[in-house]
Amino acid sequence: MKALPSAGPDGTRGPAVSLLGVVKRYDGVVAVDSLDLEIRVGECFGLLGPNGAGKTTTIEILIGLQEPTSGQVVVLGTKWGGDDRSLRARIGVSLQETRFPERLTVAEVVTLFRSFYPRGRDVTSVIREVGLEEKARSWTSKLSGGQRQRLALACALVGDPELLVLDEPTTGLDPQARLQFGDSILSYKDRGCTILVSTHYMEEAQRLCDRVAIIERGKAIAIGSPDELIASLDGNLVVEIEMAAGDVEDAAVRRLAGVTSVRRENGSLLVSVQEAHVTVPALLDLFRARSASLAHLTLRQATLEDVYVSLTGRQYRDE
Amino acid sequence: MSRPLRHLVLARLRESLRHPETIFWTFLFPILLAVALGIAFRGERPGPTNVVVVDGRGAADAERSLQADKGMRVEVLSREAADHRLRTGRAAVMVIPGDPLLYRYDPTRPESRLARERVDRALQHAAGRTDPIGVSDNLVAEPGARYIDFLIPGLLGMNLMGGGLWGIGWVIVEDRIRKLLKLQLATPMRKRDFLLAHMLARLAFVPLEVVPLLFLSWLIFGVSSVGSLLSLTAVTVVGALSFAGLGTLVASRARTTATISGLINLATFPMIVVSGVFFSTSRFPDLLQPLIRALPLTALIDALRGVMTDGAHLAVLWPHFLVMGLWGTLCFACALWLFRWT
Repeated sequence: MKALPSAGPDGTRGPAVSLLGVVKRYDGVVAVDSLDLEIRVGECFGLLGPNGAGKTTTIEILIGLQEPTSGQVVVLGTKWGGDDRSLRARIGVSLQETRFPERLTVAEVVTLFRSFYPRGRDVTSVIREVGLEEKARSWTSKLSGGQRQRLALACALVGDPELLVLDEPTTGLDPQARLQFGDSILSYKDRGCTILVSTHYMEEAQRLCDRVAIIERGKAIAIGSPDELIASLDGNLVVEIEMAAGDVEDAAVRRLAGVTSVRRENGSLLVSVQEAHVTVPALLDLFRARSASLAHLTLRQATLEDVYVSLTGRQYRDE
Repeated sequence: MSRPLRHLVLARLRESLRHPETIFWTFLFPILLAVALGIAFRGERPGPTNVVVVDGRGAADAERSLQADKGMRVEVLSREAADHRLRTGRAAVMVIPGDPLLYRYDPTRPESRLARERVDRALQHAAGRTDPIGVSDNLVAEPGARYIDFLIPGLLGMNLMGGGLWGIGWVIVEDRIRKLLKLQLATPMRKRDFLLAHMLARLAFVPLEVVPLLFLSWLIFGVSSVGSLLSLTAVTVVGALSFAGLGTLVASRARTTATISGLINLATFPMIVVSGVFFSTSRFPDLLQPLIRALPLTALIDALRGVMTDGAHLAVLWPHFLVMGLWGTLCFACALWLFRWT
């Protein structure tokens, strides 16, 4: 059995990670701006936000690779700057864009990382778990993008960590590979491992994470479970409309009953609504009155992307 | 050796040995260079001395007198053609018959100075000069005194320098660029083990750099070491460690391959020129000698030549060990202080 990460005097578990008022400034640029985060033991926590929002800096501070300009960082009940090696032994990390030595095999790389940890898991079984068995004897230069990310995951897992930190583990993968990768991450959560994953794919965060923090310009602008965040929207349903001919002005749509917001994205009209059965007929009446015809009308649940847009007033770009 | 250290060294060695270019630069290139230079400067019987005689009165007599010396190739040419020969180095000296007879040559070319003496002797003899004492020559071609004997320790030194700087400097910077260094720092890996692994992997490469070159130069040119194998090993290892220190220093800050290759070239080229790889350091002015002797490559090559050609005892070589040791230690200390880990 694993030791509890930070059992208090009364036996209760503290958070796996807590950041309090963390600030990081580099030559005048504020990368992280008084960030407060608390990650609970056993949850999968997502850091979500566009590129350049400060996710990677936050992660590097959290795993002790960078020192914050100010603020407090406590990981698994410990602060950095003491016995860092024992703390590192409890954390598995995969970073963005790591390139492994080209002419080492998958098994050799994982064995190397295994050797850094005082205790850990069997190399072969970790390789099997991330689905690289057939590639175990291949040079890393022969791996596809997805396989490389799996190798990075294997290196993060081989020390049998209590906290798994994955910085953008699915960036650059095709949607199919992203789904598979997500499934393997989920299976580690079931082992009681705490996971921190950063991503700029909103739908991925929604699928994988128990809770997410939406990061914008170094600040957490929203923290909560994806469902909570979506429920916090005024309208948690979205009507997406594509016009075939004609158009209606946004102001007219906004006046309809139950409409909370209107925006346009890639030529579609996106209308956030509270109650579909009230608003959709009203919308259709409006179109008929303006002689506009529809190509598509889709009704969907609001997503984290809608949360992002409603919080920042800006369209979300995930590339 | 601790487990992580052993695996780091193994990974380093595997990664190097699986790259064909490592094999080329480490083993083949120095050997090819030695063979090419050994052939070019093989020091066989010296070729004939090329002399041009300017056509005119007395030219035929001079030609006849000079041809008596079989070691000279004499041609009678117009002044214009003769000037061209001299200017392009195809003639060592020009003879302009007349009274007085005129020798035209470039005194900075050793072969021209020799040719002038030789031509003068032949012409004076033909005119009736006699030598007051009889002499005869006893020619020797002892291994140890040839250019190749001078060259091999120089190449060995250059090789060890290149190995240290490229093998450690370049590789560390590559790890940094790949973000592998950063990822490893996020694990419980010790920084000490990381640097030590580079040093040990470097030392493991040294025999591969030294032994084939020594063996082939012995096989092809008969180059051998007068001094003991133990002395040679000691000098080699200290030299390799010294350059490993320098390699770590050049790698301590660099974040791009352009920076690191620039730094390595900046460090190595001047030493290749002044430290006596291809020609003796004595060609540089006396004023520069203390500076040149303070360079690690000069110390290494001088010590290698000391052992290989003079059979020098290690105790005599202490100043060289001191220079190499100081460079290695100071560079490594600076590297630790400057090192950009993340």
